[in-house]
Amino acid sequence: MRKTSSKLYMYIVYTFLYLPILVLIVFSFNQSKSRANWTGFTLHWYADLFRDERILTALMNTVIVAVCASVLSTVLGTMAAIGINNMKKGGRTFLMCATYIPVINPEIIMGVSLMIFFNFFVMHSGFKFGFATLILAHISFDVPYVIYNVLPKLRAINPSIIEAAQDLGCNPRQAFFKAVVPQIMPGIFSGFLMALTYSVDDFVVSYFTSGTNVETLAVTIESMTRVKVSPKINALSAIIFLIVCAIMIIRNLLENRKLRRDLALSRAAVKGGERA
Amino acid sequence: MKKLLSLLIAAAMLMGLSGCGDSASAEDEKREPTEEILESFGMDPELFSDYDYGRFYGKELTINVANWGEYLSMNDDEILDVNEVFEALTGITVNYKTYASNETLYSKLLSGGATYDIVIPSDYMISKMINEGMLRKLDFGNIPNIANIMPSFINPQYDPTNEYSVPYLWGMVCIIYNTKMVDGEIDSWSALWDENYAGDILMFNNPRDAFGIAQAYLGYSLNTEDFGELENCADLLREQKEIVQGYVMDEIFDKMEGGSAAIAPYYVGDAVTMCADNPDLEFVIPKEGTNWFVDAICVPTTADSEHIEAAEAYINFLCEPEIAFANCDYVGYSTPVTQAYELLDDEAKADERRYPSDEFLSEHTEVFINISEPANAYMQELWTGLKVGESNVWFVPLFLAALIAATIFVNVYRARKKKRDF
Amino acid sequence: MKASRALAIPYVVWVLIFTVVPLGLVVWFAMTDTDGKLTLDNIFAMSEYMSVLFRSILFAIVATIICLILAFPAAYIISRANKINQSTLIVLLMVPMWINFLLRTYAWMTLLEPNGLINKLFGIFGLGPYPLINNSGAVILGMVYNYLPFMILPLYSVMVKIDQSVVEAAQDLGSNKVRLVTKILLPLSMPGISTGIIAVFVPSVSTFIISRMLGGGTNDLIGDIIEMQFSGNSYNPHLGSAMALVLMIIVMFMMSLFNQFGSEEEVIL
Repeated sequence: MRKTSSKLYMYIVYTFLYLPILVLIVFSFNQSKSRANWTGFTLHWYADLFRDERILTALMNTVIVAVCASVLSTVLGTMAAIGINNMKKGGRTFLMCATYIPVINPEIIMGVSLMIFFNFFVMHSGFKFGFATLILAHISFDVPYVIYNVLPKLRAINPSIIEAAQDLGCNPRQAFFKAVVPQIMPGIFSGFLMALTYSVDDFVVSYFTSGTNVETLAVTIESMTRVKVSPKINALSAIIFLIVCAIMIIRNLLENRKLRRDLALSRAAVKGGERA
Repeated sequence: MKKLLSLLIAAAMLMGLSGCGDSASAEDEKREPTEEILESFGMDPELFSDYDYGRFYGKELTINVANWGEYLSMNDDEILDVNEVFEALTGITVNYKTYASNETLYSKLLSGGATYDIVIPSDYMISKMINEGMLRKLDFGNIPNIANIMPSFINPQYDPTNEYSVPYLWGMVCIIYNTKMVDGEIDSWSALWDENYAGDILMFNNPRDAFGIAQAYLGYSLNTEDFGELENCADLLREQKEIVQGYVMDEIFDKMEGGSAAIAPYYVGDAVTMCADNPDLEFVIPKEGTNWFVDAICVPTTADSEHIEAAEAYINFLCEPEIAFANCDYVGYSTPVTQAYELLDDEAKADERRYPSDEFLSEHTEVFINISEPANAYMQELWTGLKVGESNVWFVPLFLAALIAATIFVNVYRARKKKRDF
Repeated sequence: MKASRALAIPYVVWVLIFTVVPLGLVVWFAMTDTDGKLTLDNIFAMSEYMSVLFRSILFAIVATIICLILAFPAAYIISRANKINQSTLIVLLMVPMWINFLLRTYAWMTLLEPNGLINKLFGIFGLGPYPLINNSGAVILGMVYNYLPFMILPLYSVMVKIDQSVVEAAQDLGSNKVRLVTKILLPLSMPGISTGIIAVFVPSVSTFIISRMLGGGTNDLIGDIIEMQFSGNSYNPHLGSAMALVLMIIVMFMMSLFNQFGSEEEVIL
């Protein structure tokens, strides 16, 4: 009884989460532009999508901004994490607080404050809103996630490893690259991916800092939802959903296989122990 | 796991993009003769002026155009994409953006977020922008097609010397309604306050147009600067808020065509478009009179100086008879270009709602002019107050009580936890 | 490794230029008028927008509470599932977050409109149409929908650490369900709850898209009004900055209430 009720509850929660996505996908195959009436099956919105220069350009801009911002913020964030790790309490607390600001500050305030800031340069020089402002803004909210991913890894390093490396004849630089970097690499990598995710997903900050010439996908989608909405957007979300699902399923299968193997191993170990 | 995904998706996106990059470079060829370009778009070169559009070819210019939503012939397979024609003729890339209202455009220009080379504001906003030095004087040597504009649209009230703007399209404000959801015929603004349609009424989401309707309904001038009259309008709009489903601009297309709302005020041109898409819709010019507006093409002072000539060529291009015809035919608004008007079918020309007589315009309509700054600021304030709503006094104590409760709860919890830890 | 402290210098400079200075500019804008003279008018003008501020806070609180109520059992059920089901359920929770939230919110418009799918369904039974969109309920629904995973994930990550034997011991000792929740689960998942509250409340109180799409311009929130001052219908960046400042203070207050400020825990989201 308890099992069924909790199962039922989970079905309800997940239906709630997936219902709108299902609607989006179903109506990407709808013949007419109507969002409420089903008039027949078609694939032409998908064909149109790949001919829509605006959407494709926005997609490219999103990738350019996200990749540049996440690479730069990974470098900046990793360096900062190493520095912070070696700081005394005072400076460290200050910097961690400053790092916390972009994480908890409402996005709209971040967007607005950067807009005012950049506009100052626009008014007093030939500087213009575009890739530069977008990338700078994205780095600003990306770096904290890199720091948060790298710092725990740094703290987990046993100081004696570095000493050992130096005892074995490494200079400090070599010791750093041979002993420290390999250990924090997973943190750097996950920080990079997190930064990339946030950049791709961002709408609010991009909305305020993109200007006229460069538009990211989220900004394009927003301006499309204001006017007559084309089912091309539905087609786009269906494709994204499909890709995400495929990756998630593969990843999940791999992980589950590993889990099962671990489970089998531990059972075998237990059995072996019993026999002994 | 969210992280891993992002990488893969980015990779997938990159792959998709490399495909579209190739197609762009294919265009890098010599320009074809004008006739052939025009014919390839199914246009008649005879109707086109002999303006030298080819002079920009190979310069790889981009102009930034900001226009109202659904206000240019484009985005549809069956119709002429005028930006494509312009790009083919000149080799200039058009970066086309849309905005929802005059006030939004004004904000975007001032906040520096936007650097447009072409904007198309309405009459009153043009005079406001001229006053504030936001518009650039045009070089009409680059815009010979100004000769195509009907004489009645030259030297308008908003630009008395006709130095800053070239009329683009014009129209009136009407009521659009769904005949299946509304009983009988509508002929008055009072329908927007009719409680029978509570929850099915849409309203303009910008102060000037919204106040304009209240002013017309109350019989005031649309350009009143009387604070008392403005307050009466605000009261009327507040009364209406109770039965309004939503405040919209371009979202209206979706909502009216889809039948999610019964009745709304909007611009005649868009009403024509909506009626064509959904035969249940009908529109009417209310008997109390309405606003008559002209939207004109301007170049802001913030425009890139290297783009000015290209921008002027674009203005000239929009005044080409066939282009102007394609635009007014698609967006449904009325054209000030003489030859484009002549190309229209008789039904459109005879429609008093689209091409009203001069007497009708002078008797039933009023043009918005730029009202004085105090009155404008007061209107803005009343509008924001209307959107914000009444201050509900009980919110404050409720909120404070909740905060205090939360603080006590958290502190008690922390204290107990500390005690436990000892 | 003292020299490595210098590696943080570029970041310190960065933080100063791109976080501290812009926020300082917001404060400065809030305190000045268009001529650059110091004034408190913008702050006082805020009193007119108190109702919208309280509406935003109220909506955000309601959305946060609903999220908490929905997420608590869900996170518990996930955390008690076997390892394989756990990872599947968490993945399923994250997949929707990968579709841009604008698109998902837009899909709700399709569902909720007077002639939308839900009302069509009611129509089959001869009911409705009900006004489901363009009201406060729709806005809160949009918040709950968009931010529910932000509540489930931190709750799950603390609940998964609660040992099943603790739960079983409590049940053996005769605790009923209510006592199990109040005495064991709630206290043990407190860190997750406070992270979740912040993760839902902050984006909810500052949103400007959800309210516009689902509220139809009749339920504007503080985010909408701020956006309006910068790129919308009434241009006044000074007033907008004052509003942003007030919003920032509210968020800081919430933070101090529910989280250890500046803690070095790994951020879950």
